[in-house]
Amino acid sequence: MTSAEPIAESISFPHRHLLTCENLTAGEITALLDLADKAAEINRQVNKKRDVLRGRTLINLFFEASTRTQSSFELAGKRLGADVMNMNVSTSSVQKGETLIDTAMTLNAMRPDIIVVRHYAAGAVELLAQKVDCSVINAGDGAHQHPTQALLDALTIRRAKGRIEGLTVAICGDILHSRVARSNIHVLNTLGARVRLVAPSTLLPAEPERFGVEVYTDMWKGLEGADIIMMLRLQRERMQGSLVPSVREYFHFFGLDHEKLARAKPDALVMHPGPMNRGVEIASTIADHSRSLIREQVEMGVAVRMAVLEALARNLPNS
Amino acid sequence: MRATDKKKAGTATRTAFINARLVDPATDRDEPGGLLVVEGEIADLGPHLRRNAPEDAEVIDCKGHVLAPGLIDMQVFTGEPGAEHRETLKTASLAAAAGGVTTIVVMPDTNPVIDQVALVDFIQRRARDNAVVRVHTMAALTKGLEGKEITEIGLLKRAGAIAFTNGKNSVADTKVMYNALLYAKDFGALIVHHTEDPYLSQGACMNAGHVAARLGLPGVPKAAETIILDRDIRLVEITGGRYHAAAISCRESLDIIRTAKAAKLPVTCGVSINHVTLNENDIGPYRTFFKLRPPLRAEEDRAALVQGIASGDIDVIVSSHDPQDADVKRRPFAEAADGAIGLETLLSAALRLHHTEGVSLTVLLRAMTSNPAKLLGLPTGRLEKGAPADLVLFDLNQPWVVDREALRSRSKNSPFDESKMQGRILLTMVAGDIVYQYPEPPRV
Repeated sequence: MTSAEPIAESISFPHRHLLTCENLTAGEITALLDLADKAAEINRQVNKKRDVLRGRTLINLFFEASTRTQSSFELAGKRLGADVMNMNVSTSSVQKGETLIDTAMTLNAMRPDIIVVRHYAAGAVELLAQKVDCSVINAGDGAHQHPTQALLDALTIRRAKGRIEGLTVAICGDILHSRVARSNIHVLNTLGARVRLVAPSTLLPAEPERFGVEVYTDMWKGLEGADIIMMLRLQRERMQGSLVPSVREYFHFFGLDHEKLARAKPDALVMHPGPMNRGVEIASTIADHSRSLIREQVEMGVAVRMAVLEALARNLPNS
Repeated sequence: MRATDKKKAGTATRTAFINARLVDPATDRDEPGGLLVVEGEIADLGPHLRRNAPEDAEVIDCKGHVLAPGLIDMQVFTGEPGAEHRETLKTASLAAAAGGVTTIVVMPDTNPVIDQVALVDFIQRRARDNAVVRVHTMAALTKGLEGKEITEIGLLKRAGAIAFTNGKNSVADTKVMYNALLYAKDFGALIVHHTEDPYLSQGACMNAGHVAARLGLPGVPKAAETIILDRDIRLVEITGGRYHAAAISCRESLDIIRTAKAAKLPVTCGVSINHVTLNENDIGPYRTFFKLRPPLRAEEDRAALVQGIASGDIDVIVSSHDPQDADVKRRPFAEAADGAIGLETLLSAALRLHHTEGVSLTVLLRAMTSNPAKLLGLPTGRLEKGAPADLVLFDLNQPWVVDREALRSRSKNSPFDESKMQGRILLTMVAGDIVYQYPEPPRV
């Protein structure tokens, strides 16, 4: 039993691909979030199935391991009626030395409608998009962008706080290597939030202020009066070396514990894109706290991806 | 009875120095006067106390000699932990006291390396229990001093590490040094760096030049120092981290420092007493007590460094006290260990610059008192009301001859053995307690 109805009647989203947040206007973002709100309703019903993507083929092409993003896109595609294929790169021809462009051409020949790509190199998804005829969604490219993560974070905040404009959002942790941070900075700024970055200088990109944010290397000060605390994952290989000396020191100065959380507003909420390192960037008890939005983020992930798929599908050629 | 209790009971320990020449670089004071110590602090000082002492105070007649802040030596190597046969914190502190040094900063080049909070704590406890002068420790900038991974600068600083250094080695990896400066800046930590390109200096054992050529020894070019110093200052420029070149050895390095200071970069530098009082010719017939790192340079470099002190471009003079036993010094020059002891002779040797090269006493003492205090954030190194009573009383002119066997350091590798000195320490006080007196009072 499927419903032939789209999630919403119409939406202004004049893009063929979703590669970056940087070219999205406030109106487009809001339209996607509104659509995702409706998708979230559908996802809480027994019958979650729609068929706006019936007959369409969605390929998940992941060059980097992923649990939640890949399964989230897979579910979103299936709930909208698409045929979904997951390309496991570890057993694919990529491992045999095929170049990214050859892989793109090969997949293109199979006539997919939408390809969802995650790649470890910044810019790789855009390169691939230039070589195929279908729509391409960036599911994360190196330290560059992860647009659907920023959209699901915005949706989660909007549902929890009723608004985004005027909120103070502190993004904390490894900003330097984070595509989540880069995407979120743009989306939140566009929607009128006040964005702060909190990190040791070794984990900040060059000239961070030019992103239009306030920068703090002291987390106690950076969380002062924050409405939302967005923690980022510290990758295992960066927990020691010349960027950060140890997990112990990192957690002491940049991990979210109850003492630092107390600096934020009393009704501040905590987010994390996952997967979490408990005891590295976030205390276990905070991750499981009632003020944590971490599970809502996962739920909104599916809704936002349904909204994005539908918005792009409307722009696909129909003959 | 604790000091505060004594105060209430009206039996406070009071020491009055009368008839002194008060020299305090921090306040540009150089005048006859007196100084009153109460409860380990300077309670009062000035010309009005020249002949007046409170009735209940112990009176020390300075007989016109110089009363100055106790010296702060920010580069002292000991053997504790790991090589206690060379030097312990206790023996180093006794040597310091005899040299008028009231604060020593020990280096992390020990075994194990001081690169963890527990080891900083160890040094502090051992010093508290055994040392007669104040002891601070620098912590390693990189784990094991290997130049690869930065240490827990935040936690180490909180534990009491006063600065961060890679000890006798430069961080060769530029990216690591860049990140270290960037990371240390967040914590307001000072990085003290030995500047020596390890590739250029590999296998070398003295200054590159004609003397080395004649002796048939491989030389360390000055460029080994200037390349790293130049690199570091470029990194300071982009990171804004606080940087102190531990001990420069040549004119070219001084030029680099001057340029950096003119550009208002947070850069300072030190020099070892050896490099302003000795030169490569002192090595003579392969005398290994003059084998140092960086090596003693040419006379023109030494003279330039003295000018650097006089002009204030060199901020700090250190002893670079580095005890080595006979086993590692009595070897062919190239195989002998680097380093010289210097705590006990620091002030007397420095006075050579005053007596023979015209460096003013205030400028000279500034480099061993208020300047290091300012760099390290210490409350000592000045003669001011309320400051800790860390003092040195010395006879500016009394001649004496160094006898290394009489030195208090556990190792005897002094390059000043048998040297004639002009200027002798008469008394050293730390927190109001007399820790050294000359001539030594008879033991009871």
